[in-house]
Amino acid sequence: MHPAPSVIIFSTLSGIGFGLLAWLGFGYPAVTGWTAFAFFAIAYLLAVGGLIASTTHLGHPERALKAFSQWRSSWLSREGVCAVAALLIMALYGAGLVFFGTRWGFLGVIGALLSLGTVFTTAMIYTQLKTVPRWNHFTTPAMFMGYCVSGGALLANQWAEAFWLLLLTAIIQVIVWWRGDTALAQSGTNLATATGLGTMGGVRPFEPPHTGTNYLLREFAFQVGRDHAFKLRILAMVLAFAIPLLVILLPGAGHFMALIAVISHIVGVFASRWLFFAEAEHVVGLYYGKRTV
Amino acid sequence: MTTLPQSTEKKLGLVIDLDTCVGCHACVVSCKGWNTENYGAPLSDQDPYGKEPSGTFLNRVHSYEVQPDEGHAALVHFPKSCLHCEDAPCVTVCPTGASYKRVEDGIVLVNESDCIGCGLCAWACPYGARELDAEEKVMKKCTLCVDRIYNENLPEVDRVPACVRTCPAGARHFGDFADPDSNVSILTAERGGMDLMPEQGTKPVNKYLPPRERDRSEDVDILAPFLDPIAAEPQGFMGWLDKALTAMPGGR
Ligand code: SF4
Ligand code: SF4
Ligand code: SF4
Repeated sequence: MHPAPSVIIFSTLSGIGFGLLAWLGFGYPAVTGWTAFAFFAIAYLLAVGGLIASTTHLGHPERALKAFSQWRSSWLSREGVCAVAALLIMALYGAGLVFFGTRWGFLGVIGALLSLGTVFTTAMIYTQLKTVPRWNHFTTPAMFMGYCVSGGALLANQWAEAFWLLLLTAIIQVIVWWRGDTALAQSGTNLATATGLGTMGGVRPFEPPHTGTNYLLREFAFQVGRDHAFKLRILAMVLAFAIPLLVILLPGAGHFMALIAVISHIVGVFASRWLFFAEAEHVVGLYYGKRTV
Repeated sequence: MTTLPQSTEKKLGLVIDLDTCVGCHACVVSCKGWNTENYGAPLSDQDPYGKEPSGTFLNRVHSYEVQPDEGHAALVHFPKSCLHCEDAPCVTVCPTGASYKRVEDGIVLVNESDCIGCGLCAWACPYGARELDAEEKVMKKCTLCVDRIYNENLPEVDRVPACVRTCPAGARHFGDFADPDSNVSILTAERGGMDLMPEQGTKPVNKYLPPRERDRSEDVDILAPFLDPIAAEPQGFMGWLDKALTAMPGGR
């Protein structure tokens, strides 16, 4: 799949932003007043910034309101509904903490669940697609949730929890890559079933429909070199997990080191998310001879 | 609504005959011609006369080479447009309700004024039947020429999809698959019409007829028995000549 910057920025920043909101909703850290304001400001900048980035990939963002209507069937619609509900409820809850110094716990828990729900629905948009075997598996939402709660914990200063969650997410990430590499071959979809000609013999593309490119090739036929992908995977592991884990283990790490850990983590997640799209093989590529199985 | 209808009254769709398609791309041209000036936004082209031409098409013809275990490779031309799936994943993913499947005839359409151009339906389609138009930024797909098949302003003979009407080889057939006696149902039954990517679970309405087995020359040439060599071993003068030539240096 084409690794569109808008979607990568959106899912990375919003994922971490909603993760932080979830921790705040559950009351970790238990902050009020100006400290609470700072935490909420960061969470909203990330979550809303990501959402705004995501609208730039729409052909007609001016009609975005229509996207709230089909929550009964569409995960994308559910994501929109969840995101807006989470942001509204958490704003109310945050106002309680910042301006009245009181924690409306019930509101916080609902807001936290909606925040987690937003990231889950984002993950389900990809997971539901049978056309991308690499994504069509429960490990996809597991990975998105892992990044959400571990990144959120890091930002929320919950280092003990962050340590174990980062470790867990790193394991899930490795499983996702390991399983993903054979997912297309395992899916049973290949040029033989795509053309129905497999019963006659070996099928090979002879001539594409057009000499030029087209929307389908631009959107779905992106391919990333094996070496290139491997290097990026290592980079993602080091930045997203190894460095933050080291910082957590470091005795007496201060605010500055915490900032390093957070930035390193976010850059690592960007790399992982880029790979999530760039490495995903859409079955339509088979028709164009773009997938060798 | 982007939930799918439980069932549709008719199941309109196409039968595409991979045996007779000659790969002329006439259906590609007639489809683009009709649909760029009728239902919905036009089908734009980018840099059409330049170095990197590209554009929106609702129907494209691929060509594949099939190599059987024995015998010659076959060249199969492969037209592909929306298959108007019964379990259309492109419809259920749509967040706005712009994509829908009609209850009356099963045609899958996009209501362009509701489409936000998110592209998710194209991601959900395994066949590459949907293309986001680069100019209009809305999703385009085969309409089964809904503006022809019911169009009483057209002579009756033209009330079929443009691609069907145009095909010089008669490789595309239009009809109702819900009716077991329709032309398309009969063709599908007789020729073993197949689904593309059945494992994707989309239940396509359109069916593809596989290429028929090639005739072998021994089966067709009724004169062949008369053309067999009469004597396997040359005799008489020819026999002597054959022996003499074989005996010469380098003769065999
Ligand atoms: S062929 Fe693709 S666009 Fe057409 S109905 Fe099936 S899934 Fe939808
Ligand atoms: S591109 Fe348009 S029709 Fe397709 S899913 Fe998005 S809103 Fe629906
Ligand atoms: S039915 Fe109409 S829109 Fe569909 S491929 Fe044929 S000509 Fe194009």
